[in-house]
This record gives sequence, C-alpha cells and structure tokens, in this order.
Amino acid sequence: MSENIGMFGASGSGDTSGFGGLVRSAANFGSSERPYGSYFDEVTDELERAYPEFSDAIEKVIVDRGELTLHVKRERLFETAMKLRDTQSLRFEVCLGVNGVHYPEDKNRELHAVYPLLSMTHNRRIRLEVSVPDSDPHLPSLVEVWAGNNWHERETWDMFGIIFDGHPGLTRILMPDDWPGHPQRKDYPLGGIPIEYKGATVPAPSERRSYR
Amino acid sequence: MTTRDSYASATDTTEGRVYSVTGGDWDSLVTEIGQTKEERVVVNMGPQHPSTHGVLRLVLELEGETITEARAGIGYLHTGIEKNTEYRTWTQGVTFVTRMDYLAPIFNETAYCLGVEKLLGITNDIPERASEIRVLMMELNRISSHMVALGTGALELGALSPMIFAFREREKVLDVFEMVSGLRMNMAYVRPGGVAQDLPKGAVAKIRETVKELRHNFKDNEKLLVGNTIWMMRTKGIGYLDLAGCITLGITGPVLRSAGMPWDLRKTDPYCGYENYDFDVVTTDTCDVYGRFLIRMQELEQSLRIIEQACDKLDKSEGQPVMVADKKIAWPSQLSVGSDGMGNSLEHIREIMGTSMESLIHHFKLVTEGFRVPAGQVYAAVESPRGETGVHLVSDGGTRPYRVHFREPSFNNLQATSAMAEGGMIADVIGAVASIDPVMGGVDR
Repeated sequence: MSENIGMFGASGSGDTSGFGGLVRSAANFGSSERPYGSYFDEVTDELERAYPEFSDAIEKVIVDRGELTLHVKRERLFETAMKLRDTQSLRFEVCLGVNGVHYPEDKNRELHAVYPLLSMTHNRRIRLEVSVPDSDPHLPSLVEVWAGNNWHERETWDMFGIIFDGHPGLTRILMPDDWPGHPQRKDYPLGGIPIEYKGATVPAPSERRSYR
Repeated sequence: MTTRDSYASATDTTEGRVYSVTGGDWDSLVTEIGQTKEERVVVNMGPQHPSTHGVLRLVLELEGETITEARAGIGYLHTGIEKNTEYRTWTQGVTFVTRMDYLAPIFNETAYCLGVEKLLGITNDIPERASEIRVLMMELNRISSHMVALGTGALELGALSPMIFAFREREKVLDVFEMVSGLRMNMAYVRPGGVAQDLPKGAVAKIRETVKELRHNFKDNEKLLVGNTIWMMRTKGIGYLDLAGCITLGITGPVLRSAGMPWDLRKTDPYCGYENYDFDVVTTDTCDVYGRFLIRMQELEQSLRIIEQACDKLDKSEGQPVMVADKKIAWPSQLSVGSDGMGNSLEHIREIMGTSMESLIHHFKLVTEGFRVPAGQVYAAVESPRGETGVHLVSDGGTRPYRVHFREPSFNNLQATSAMAEGGMIADVIGAVASIDPVMGGVDR
C-alpha cells in the first residue's frame, strides 16, 4: 500500500536506508473461525446472550497472538460497552483507556480507536476496536461508562482528531490549546513545525532530511 | 486605597471579576475583594512549583482554605516519543521509551520488549537467564522509584530527613544499574529478545551485599515516619479514594491496593517468570495517603525478597545466553560497558573488520535496517511502581513500528487528583498528589 525507498533524501545511489524498497501493507485480518480458544468463546457467547443485537453490533471477531479483538460498529459502541461492563458473567469493570491508530489507506475507515478492557472479577482481557471515516470522525464518548476514559479520549482527540460526542470537556491535553493539526496522524510529518529559538529558526526535521 | 497595578490588575471576564496577586499588594486586594460578596479565589499552582512533582499545573478554586474545585493541567513535558518511535527500528524504540517514565526506565523497556516479542511470536523463546535479569533489574528499579516517591513525598509535606535517607539508598541502586548497564538512568538495557548484555563479573555478589545494606538502612526511614504523630496527622484520611472510585477511574498500583484490592499483575497475569518467585502483595484498607505510604514501604521489602531469589537463580544460570537464539533478531555481538556507557565490544569489531565480511554485512543490515515484525497488534502490560504500564503496539510488517502507544499509569492515575483533593484543605492537595506519585515524563510522553 505504501512504498518506502531511501532515507535522508538520498536518491540515485544504492539504497542503504534500511527500507530496502520495502512495500508495507496494513494488516487486514478476516474474522477468526470458531473455536477461538482460551476464554474467548465464553466471552463472545456471554455477550451474544446478554446483547440481542450482537450480530449487528460486532462486525468482526479476531483472535490473534492470544488476544481477542471485537470490531464494533460505532453506533453500537456505547450499548456494547454497557453490556460488557454490567453483565454479571462479563464484568469488564476497568477500561485501560483508548488510543487511536491512523490507517490513511483504509478508505472510509481511516481512524481506528482501540479500547483495551480488563475484567478484574474474571481476570480476562479483551479489546474493542472501532473505525470511523476521516470525513466524519465522530465516536460516542465512553466517559459515562468508565470515568477514567476522560483524559484518554482527550488525548485521542488531541493526537488523532477523533471527536468523542458527549465528552464533558473535549479539549487538547498534551499539545497547547491553540495547536493546529493532530500530530499522531500519518499525514502529519515528524517534527512538523520549524523550531524557533532566540530569534533564529531551525527548519522542521521533515524539511531537514526526509523521514519517509 | 485601591492602587492600580498594571501587572496585577482586576479584570472583568465572562466568569466574573478576577483579581491577580503578585505580592506586596495584599492589603489593597483584600479591600477590593471585600467590596464584593463573592469570596472565590482561584490559585494557579505550577507548572513551576517545587511541590508538584515536576511540571504539573494545578488550578485550584478555593473557599477560604477549602478546595472546591481542582483541575490538573498537563502537557508541559510532551516530547512526542510515541511519534518518534515510528521512524526508528524496533530495537531503537527501546532507547526512546526508556525516557518516558524516567524513574522507572526498566519497566518501560520491559513492557515494550514484551510487546515486541509477542508480535514476533518469540515469547516462549526468551532465555530464562534474560527473564531473571529482567526481574532483578525491575525490582531494583522499583526500589529506586519508591525511594523517590517516599523521599519527595515526605519532603513536600515538610519532612526533610526522609528525603536524605531515601536518596542515599537510591544512590546504591543506581550504582548497581551503572555496574550492570553502564548507565544510571535511561539504560536501554532490556532489548527485544533478551537484554543487551550479561551481568558483569561479580555483579551478583555485589547485589547481595547491596540488598543487605538496603534492608538495614530502610529501617532509618521506617523509624522516622511509621507511627510518627505529625506524619500521620498530615497523611491519615487525606486524599481519600475508595475502591469504587479507583475502579471507575481505572486506577492501578499502590493507590488501588490502598483501597484493599490485592491487584498486582505480577500475581494475576505473571510475565518474565514472576510465578516462580515467592512474594506477597501488600494492601491496606485505609484508602488514604498513609495507606499508600505504608504499601510503598512494605513493597521495598517484597522487592528485596524477589531480588534475593533472582540472585539464587542467576547463580545457577551462570553462563547461559541472555539473548534469543534467532540470529535474525539478536544482534551478533554482545555489547560491553565502556567508560561512557554501553558500546561495541572490541573483539567483535576485530572479527567483523578483520576476518569476516559476511558477519559485517549481517551486522550492518540488522543494525541499520532492523528485523521485520509480522503485521498485527498486541497489548502487553507490566506492574510498574505506579500501576499498570501497558503497551499497545501495531505493526504493518515493516522494520519500524506502525504505532506505539503507552498506557501510562501516571497519566491515568493523575485524573484522581480532583476526586482526592476537592473538599479538602489546600495543604492536603500536596499529599494527595504525592501519593499518586506521578512522573510527568510518563504523563506527557
């Protein structure tokens, strides 16, 4: 999907960059087949039982490297989260935050939000993944479900530009309040801005040598 | 009597009239405020303040000396480490992430490496000796980190001597780090596949001696603080946060354990072979600053126990490899400690420059290009001194990470500041924040 050749702006010479003409493509896993193994079958069964709209809400179930990922439709995210938290047999009472991943090549699903969940009651971990298009980056806020997601959602807004509807105060948290752009997106260059120090200006790293 | 001060004038805002104090103008300010009925004072504490644990900014709304609203402002130490790692190889990532939570570098490194190893699918191929060294280093690091938490926490509440003792002990641990990795902080010692190099000769004996000294010296602080009336008055019932509050805020580490929950990833979800060590999870049920202080004090002893067991294991595994056997991942040479930290070993340079062209090519490719990691995503977590340090790694199959995200316990736990401080006295917000033990390098990353 994206091809990297050369580094540090070198061209016309042997490629010593380390990329070696590497063609990289975003991982595109299909849904895993049952049985999932471990406690994953039990978790999905229990969720299906507790949540009648399961088949509509969950787009994909992926088991990879001993971890369960549920891909949830954003319209159903809030309901799914409530079910996961409150159902006796699931009890995912802790959410370890949210973070974004930007896949510019994944058309209409450019921005992904990932929620690692933890059930202390059953000592289980699963992951929720939601994708939104870049043109309409809205997700329901889960601060009502897990209050600790407050700052994590602010960080994801700050770094990726995902808007969490219903968040009590969605402002930037790591970058200054008046910062333009969202630094963790793939179209945002490393460094990104010229550095001003005592009147002199040093160009942004992306201008000094090409990190590509 | 109101005098106009161009630097500290009263201004009308949408929130109402706001008065600024710059010093020396207290009388005029009191007169001016006395004319209005509202007695709301907003105090900005930090980001440059000796009691806020680095560059934390607290905005406190006061009624008299009681805090009615507390907000934490962060981001003053944001360094873009997560973004930077996307432009480096997986191995170079270690050098970056070690600088996040700078009081617990080994934990950042280990969490990151466990994640990379999970992505590579080599979790079970890590040599035992490497895991033993990781455990040893992590527990030493837990001691040095808790020493700062205890020392600065006490200092911020006005007790100077505990800080002196704490930093004296921390120095001993840092000496061990220097002997093992060449560096006192930010060692980049734990690498994907194992550790950068084996322990130097005599290290285990020296560590055993250090453990003895530490165990003896910890009593100094214990005598000073445990049961001390003044200390208890400043910490008991302060910064209260019960279990329900901890769970909904996603709090982990000593703060969660002070609410009576024996949650410790070393027990509940063991990694690096922690299931083979004998130690206790310390809890209290006081939910306050004193409870968190006691937990940290007792965790020191538990860490010493683990270190002793690790030393026994290391004696037995002497001479075994400390890096995964796969030559496509492990660097061809063992590094060695030089006068300026860790560096290339001379024998290896002699070999690749003098005798083997192929070794040179292999070394060059592996170091500049790095190894490829199969596409996918993982989450790996370790129990750091502050709670669950989680790493979310995404690979697209390349030689560089596609996304590295750290779930920092400091970042998450700092959200509890409002819950702990509101309704309390302004002097107690210091104790509450100190008991969370946030490290701003980790919070802002």
